[in-house]
Amino acid sequence: MSCLETIQNYAFRSMGFGERLLPRSDFTLCDQFTLIGSGLIWNVYFGVIALGLGFFLAVAVATAKASKNPLLRKPAEWYIFIFRGSPLFIQFFFAYELFVLLPRLGTDINLGFVEITVETRWLTKAWLGALFVLFLNTGAYSAEIFYGALRSIPKGDVEAADAYGITGWPRFRKIIWPTMLRLAWPAYTNEAIFLFHATTLVFFSGFPSWQQRGDALYYASYFADKTFNPFVPYPILAFYFILLTLCVIGVYGAINKRLNKHLPENQAAKLKIKPQILR
Amino acid sequence: MSFYASFGTVLMLLAVTAPTALLFGFFGATAARSHIAPLRWFGKGYTAIVRGVPDIAFFLFFVIALDQAFEYVRHKTLCSDWTEPVRQGSDFVVCAAAKLPLSSSPQWVHEAYGFLLAVLTFSIVFGAFAANVLYGGMRAVPHAQLQTGEAYGMSRRQVFWRILMPQMWIYALPGLSNLWMILIKATPLLFLLGVEDIVYWARELGGSKSSAFSYPHPDWRIYYFLGLLVFYLAMTKISEIVFEKLMTKLSLGQATTGGGSAAGGAA
Repeated sequence: MSCLETIQNYAFRSMGFGERLLPRSDFTLCDQFTLIGSGLIWNVYFGVIALGLGFFLAVAVATAKASKNPLLRKPAEWYIFIFRGSPLFIQFFFAYELFVLLPRLGTDINLGFVEITVETRWLTKAWLGALFVLFLNTGAYSAEIFYGALRSIPKGDVEAADAYGITGWPRFRKIIWPTMLRLAWPAYTNEAIFLFHATTLVFFSGFPSWQQRGDALYYASYFADKTFNPFVPYPILAFYFILLTLCVIGVYGAINKRLNKHLPENQAAKLKIKPQILR
Repeated sequence: MSFYASFGTVLMLLAVTAPTALLFGFFGATAARSHIAPLRWFGKGYTAIVRGVPDIAFFLFFVIALDQAFEYVRHKTLCSDWTEPVRQGSDFVVCAAAKLPLSSSPQWVHEAYGFLLAVLTFSIVFGAFAANVLYGGMRAVPHAQLQTGEAYGMSRRQVFWRILMPQMWIYALPGLSNLWMILIKATPLLFLLGVEDIVYWARELGGSKSSAFSYPHPDWRIYYFLGLLVFYLAMTKISEIVFEKLMTKLSLGQATTGGGSAAGGAA
């Protein structure tokens, strides 16, 4: 089988298209590159959607934690503490068991609500359930980052706004929000990188991979198991992840540039990339 | 009972890994600032590669790689008259005497060996993080102090041991405490390395089709995992408090913002 055929057969294997059976023997380098790359689709999917949705949750939670009202502040503090204080791995396991149990509880309470039972069934699948956990997790980590940025907004900026009579929503929208994003952005870039790395945990925790559709690490460990040779699939995986990390840095760097556009060159915050924090 | 013992496994892993990783990190950091170029490249490359790739991939990789490396070395030394290649297609074949642990050895040796591999893997990965933190700490020590040391006629070695070493810890402490939290949160990954840790036992005891109980029971796994969640939350909370105390203590008399007054951290 030529390499082109392999790519045709397996490029979208992780999404269920193409050849059903995974290659069983005589693995070529091309096989491994294609399948692991195909698994990377899942990592990108989890990472992009969790980050995109988690951003809004994070901003909401950060403002709640910074608020004076204890009814808003306490739940936000607890939420951040629970998701940042426990391992993501355990969160995955716990969430999976919870989602498995949900329909049983759900049908007891409200019979006839077909929609709810359908929804909870989807939660046990990785594409929604794991996404949900990742979304909550990145929400908590980025909320802490945004909260820190909120607290380090120069006091003079806010006071100046008060002096001009800008209060409430316009003050948040025009003064606090842009500064908060600008201050938080370097740390938030790191968070994005960690999240992409954390997506590799999904299929190794409770969530089963259905019809052998897994992420990049799932296929890499499949090859390592079958060939008993870790020296080929894992470096390929590393190669893909370094590419992915570089893409993330590129995108976030562009946004960072835009956020710092108005500042003189030497004051603009440089993106300092410190990848890799495990959760 | 093994479930409770497995908490001990996790704590032991933490206790063994933390100093080992610190040692790895120390060597990594000193290598990274060495004057000998290959050593410096090695130190920098070590930290860069480990930090750029998902660590779970490293955990999966190193366990097999280390195992094979050990067996390969033993194979070369113990059975030199073996002529067949070690890699035969998809198999990794070494002679019987080179197997680690020996197939004749008792069960506990196998478990201890698995644990040892896990500790080594954790140390290598976290050593890279620690190297990075310590490297930052070394660079944060005010340069004027090192120059003063040299002006007094100390050699490079003396400056390193007498001025740099005692002071770098306070600068590295925030990073190290962060690292410790990460290490705590990484311990459930032991499960993936094949060690029978708390995650393993939670699944085993909680599952309705487990062999641990003679009677059937409903699915308890969710309660076990809830317990684990609380366990880890407590661990991180306690360490947070301890580090805060340590920080205020160490900042006393240091040339940082926290040093002037006893309260407040230097971070």
